[in-house]
Amino acid sequence: MAQLIREIRASYAFVERNFNLVRRYWGWELVWLAYSIASTLSITYIGAGMEAITGVQVDSNYLILYLLIGTMVWRFLAIVFDNISEMIAWERWEDTIEYTFMAPITRFTQMMGQTVFAVIYSLIFTAVILGVVALFFHLDLRNANLVGAAAMLLVGSLSFIGLGIVASVLPLLFPERGAQMTNVIQAVFLLISGVYYPIEVLPAWMQPLARLSPATFVLEGMRATILNGAPTASLWPYMWPLLVAGIVAVPIGLWVFRLGERYAKRTGKLKRNG
Amino acid sequence: MYDNMQIALDVSAVTKQFVKAKGLRWPWKRKNDDGRKPVVAIDNVSFTVRRGEVFGILGPNGSGKSTLVRCIATLLLPDQGEIVVFGHNVMQEEMAVKRLINRVSVEASFFKKLTPMENLLYGARLYGMEAQDSRKQILAILDRLGLKKEDVYRPMEEMSRGMQQKVAIARAFLTQPILLLLDEPTTGLDPRSKREVQAFVEELRDRHDATILLTTHDMQEADSLCNRVAILDEGRIVALDTPAGLKAQVGRSNGHEVTLEDVFMELTGKQLHREEEAA
Ligand SMILES: Nc1ncnc2c1ncn2[C@@H]1O[C@H](COP(=O)(O)OP(=O)(O)OP(=O)(O)O)[C@@H](O)[C@H]1O
Ligand SMILES: [Mg+2]
Repeated sequence: MAQLIREIRASYAFVERNFNLVRRYWGWELVWLAYSIASTLSITYIGAGMEAITGVQVDSNYLILYLLIGTMVWRFLAIVFDNISEMIAWERWEDTIEYTFMAPITRFTQMMGQTVFAVIYSLIFTAVILGVVALFFHLDLRNANLVGAAAMLLVGSLSFIGLGIVASVLPLLFPERGAQMTNVIQAVFLLISGVYYPIEVLPAWMQPLARLSPATFVLEGMRATILNGAPTASLWPYMWPLLVAGIVAVPIGLWVFRLGERYAKRTGKLKRNG
Repeated sequence: MYDNMQIALDVSAVTKQFVKAKGLRWPWKRKNDDGRKPVVAIDNVSFTVRRGEVFGILGPNGSGKSTLVRCIATLLLPDQGEIVVFGHNVMQEEMAVKRLINRVSVEASFFKKLTPMENLLYGARLYGMEAQDSRKQILAILDRLGLKKEDVYRPMEEMSRGMQQKVAIARAFLTQPILLLLDEPTTGLDPRSKREVQAFVEELRDRHDATILLTTHDMQEADSLCNRVAILDEGRIVALDTPAGLKAQVGRSNGHEVTLEDVFMELTGKQLHREEEAA
């Protein structure tokens, strides 16, 4: 019990520290928020412009909502992923990495703290974007099952947490370029997960890959709940692959991280000067 | 003075080498050329430090002092040999060792935008300390180290190196380590700050039952603070004795009293001679 309290306290160290950092780098947060709003709007306007582009009558409202779900879900998952995958790169940059690694805490505790922060932060961030975007478009959500949508999102973030942990090890292995490599991972997921289109339009060989991406299931589930008002109980087909992916991805992430950490400590990649 | 019976740190036959890549090369082209050259940073080093002792490590730049400190601090895995901290093996009982140690490095290493209070509170939480208590202790330690109250709530990046170094020492001391690793804690400090830090080290040794491993380039500091000193050269221990013992070894006083600096020059000069011969 005493041990558990220690570990929770230690997890909280990361939550508090990260919110302090957000506060101190608020200028940067603002820039990032403005960028995210602009890019969300520009994608959503594709839906509004479809009739003008094709000259064919389409259900613009449906299309707008379709694209908006894509950008918002993607944004949410990407922020969770980024916050976790950048934790090493960030501490390297701040030069605190040796002190965090020297502390008597398990990596699990550290990841827990980072994850709690990542999910809370991402929820706030995407809620703000959604609030602003709602001023630009008339969103008809009468049909939507929002509770189901929220459940989908939370279950979906589990596997992205695992992926984030795996990706966070890259800057440990490749001090110079590791952080950029995580962008490649993201880009591939963006392509195959049907963020802005149904995966059926992808080439046949890519479609099995789409089924490997947890984001595909999150997006399908979200669209079912928000566009078609699917009841929460009917979400099981989307939920169980996500739960399995999450339950597998998190321990694998921690395991890969352990290997990466050992490698870094063996080869002196944690830090070299001094 | 110190309890001779208990061994705080036992380093036996530790070797650590690094493979350095010379520039960027494709992995499959690296084979059998001189692109990767191993550097032996620590070469079969053994010594023990007794509880309550201040143990100094001197050596030229690149002689392996920081590498050794990192091996003890669980930040590097030795290739060979064993390190035992108060009965706990660094490799097998990493967590137990981590609870007993802390370290101060040459660079202060803080979140630059956060204040000393925020940085230290983060550190305290990582060691499972309770926040309310920690805040009081942080204020007390920083005050003891001579940091002004208003500086405690200013971002680290606005502080001088000396002030940052004091916060670094506070971070290490806050967790009450029984083995404290000080890697050049006074390098780059002005004479007054240096004195203050040295006085604090003395206080730790005398009143807080801390065992201290200290690396430094300041020979006087080593002479006055350390019970025993090891001199490291190219990863090997070339001498290990009390400061007085080391001076007696050299014992060649041409006019002036022998200092640790003379010892250092005498024992680590090989490299210089060799380079001169080669030229
Ligand atoms: N992480 C690392 N990767 C590669 N080589 C390293 C690494 N750390 C140290 N070295 C090499 O090991 C040798 C010993 O370095 P170390 O930093 O331990 O010396 P030092 O005695 O602390 O020097 P200084 O007095 O300059 O601090 C040097 O040749 C250094 O280049
Ligand atoms: Mg050094």
